[in-house]
Amino acid sequence: MTEQLQHIKLPEGSIEKQTTTLNLGPTHPATHGVFQNILELDGERIVDAESTVGYIHRAFEKIAERRPYYQVTPLTDRLNYCSAPINNMGWHMTCEKLMGVKTPKRVDYLRVIIMELARITDHLICNSIVGVDSGAYTGFLYVMQYRELVYEIYEEVCGSRLTTNIGRIGGFERDFTNTAFEKLEKFLKEYPGVLKEFENLFTRNRIFVERTKGTGTITAERALNYGFTGPNLRATGVDYDVRAHAPYSSYEDFNFNIHVGSTGDNYDKFLVRNAEMWESLNIIEQAYKKVQEFKGAEAEVYHADVPEYYLPEKQDVYTKMEALIWHFKIVMGETEIPAGEVYHSVEGANGELGFYLISDGGRAPYRLHFRRPCFIYYQAYAEIVKGSMLSDAIITMSSLNLIAGEMDA
Amino acid sequence: MGLTNEIIKNRLSEKFGGVLTEWGEPYGLLTLTAPKEMNLKVMNFLYDEPDLKFRFLTDLTAVHYPDRKGEELCVVYHLHNMVDNIRIRLKVYAPVDQPDVYTATGLFSSANWMERETYDFFGVNFVGHPNLKRILNVDEMDYFPMRKEFPLEDQSRIDKDDEMFGR
Amino acid sequence: MARPVRFNIKSKDTKDWGINMASAPDGMTGEGFFAAKLSDVVGLARKNSIWPLPFATSCCGIEFMATMGSHYDLSRFGSERVGFSPRQCDLLMVMGTIAKKMGPVVKQVYLQMAEPRWVIAVGACASSGGIFDTYSVLQGIDQVVPVDVYVPGCPPRPEAILDGFMKIQELVGNESIRRRNTDKYKLLLESYGIQ
Repeated sequence: MTEQLQHIKLPEGSIEKQTTTLNLGPTHPATHGVFQNILELDGERIVDAESTVGYIHRAFEKIAERRPYYQVTPLTDRLNYCSAPINNMGWHMTCEKLMGVKTPKRVDYLRVIIMELARITDHLICNSIVGVDSGAYTGFLYVMQYRELVYEIYEEVCGSRLTTNIGRIGGFERDFTNTAFEKLEKFLKEYPGVLKEFENLFTRNRIFVERTKGTGTITAERALNYGFTGPNLRATGVDYDVRAHAPYSSYEDFNFNIHVGSTGDNYDKFLVRNAEMWESLNIIEQAYKKVQEFKGAEAEVYHADVPEYYLPEKQDVYTKMEALIWHFKIVMGETEIPAGEVYHSVEGANGELGFYLISDGGRAPYRLHFRRPCFIYYQAYAEIVKGSMLSDAIITMSSLNLIAGEMDA
Repeated sequence: MGLTNEIIKNRLSEKFGGVLTEWGEPYGLLTLTAPKEMNLKVMNFLYDEPDLKFRFLTDLTAVHYPDRKGEELCVVYHLHNMVDNIRIRLKVYAPVDQPDVYTATGLFSSANWMERETYDFFGVNFVGHPNLKRILNVDEMDYFPMRKEFPLEDQSRIDKDDEMFGR
Repeated sequence: MARPVRFNIKSKDTKDWGINMASAPDGMTGEGFFAAKLSDVVGLARKNSIWPLPFATSCCGIEFMATMGSHYDLSRFGSERVGFSPRQCDLLMVMGTIAKKMGPVVKQVYLQMAEPRWVIAVGACASSGGIFDTYSVLQGIDQVVPVDVYVPGCPPRPEAILDGFMKIQELVGNESIRRRNTDKYKLLLESYGIQ
């Protein structure tokens, strides 16, 4: 037998090489996004990993240097597209910080409702995709139905489902209609039952627990050194949440808990995200109650009174002179934007989403940098996954909630 | 009493003296500039001191100021003290023809990819970085796109008419 | 005294019920046989059982996930099984922005697909670069692969994606059997550098 095989020429060094190179390439068998991992495998164990990103680099930061402040909002939508309203609100709050605009309480509470709804949709996708990757497709399909409900709420407020471009600097473009509030009530009534069923499918499920417990662990010190924020950091035990540490949009008026895990493994991340969904429901109910308490003229307020930055009503533009002038100035980019540099961060669904904006007084930012949590914590993937099996690597990747749009910007 | 911007400023001034310049507090965030050789020394001091404890690197990026001759590229570090909830911004300037800055990867592992991104966009050469190559753009690209002199659009495309789009 | 008619009063014409009955292809029928054009029958079979390859890169991918969900079901058009191996799939659905770094990957996946294959470009970014007219984004995937149907939108609503899918079904159903061997098709592939 060996004589017959003598003539086969093997590549250089292939006998000595003990490991296999596997390309977990940019085309993924699950709609995660495009990033690549080149893994060195010794049988089933991962010896080394190298990550490549940039397959969807769209040069947001360079585009933002060209566009006036309002036209940057659609770009922020496409960062973490599963929870686009949070990015929009974060950007508007950064601009408000730069321009010195203070939003009224009702606007803040409505913003909180929208942001927490977005957080629920993002955690839903992440948790159900962890289920899909471990083989349980049903949870994903069951729960997608309730994302449609949230999309309907967004459609009532801003007209669009996914890339919402919601709100303006200083508030919202239109008040929430009664239909929007009815849909919100329907969501608040139906969703808790669904979330309970989804939890029951996974949290005590023997197969799921065996697959996720103990895999993808990272210690709190390494996580902090790698710049982790958000649910991935909270799963390791550090209770850092931008909503509590640097409250924005009147988050200090709400009562909510910050949930932490202990080991930082995939099971803890699942549980932390699940618990955060319950907290978000709690916050939405509190905010909704607070919104309903406004009476009279206060109940009609949906934007701050800043004619320099907020487009006036269309009827006023056609009838009143000063509204026409403000409209012209804002659209042409001739309003006075203060020069300066500001850094503002919000608690995105993946962690601390920061906006570093340098303005030189012109109509477009001089420099805008997005501090993107996914990009920063994906570096740790190689370290987390070394020594574990290939199937654990897949689950780790999906439980880290990597959104390619946010990674590459 | 707690840690305030005043206390941090005093501690830094007494340790480093007049080397640190351009102090400011835009929107409440203490900002300072250090010479580019001292960036690691300042960050190490902020990390190690038991009452300063800036142990989290929030962000690392660069800005291109073509008008500041001799120091066109500015590398900006945002550090965060999570325990006392204070942030600080450190800026380091480097000339565009020799933009060498010491790497922070020894101190913060999160600086690894952030420095690669800064190199990819601006060309800042981080001395001592384990793997300084392009991360977001294609590897064959030979210019640094975020510098102000380069245009946004790909000049070789034929299906979009620049005159109609006002470019 | 005549009683009012109570039964057999509903029209049996299916047009009044609001139901569309699918019609068989044109052919000659007789006792125990049905003769039709081969391309019609093959087209009918192919168009109702397309196996798509979802090449989802960004936001349009999330709208595709919503299309696959139970609200706007894609599987009622025959695509219950989405495959991720190019060898087994008929339709390459490119959803999302394709950057220049990703262009060769799209081409590679297209080359690995077996004939007959169709490509649908979902979203503005895949059709023409979308809102990203930058140095790093490919201005439409028709720079690298031949495209059959373009679905505009940013992101297109699931109904729009389904509409594009139905247009693909029309194309598949009406395609001549010899199309893939014609000179015109060969010229098209050569213009993309594909042999």
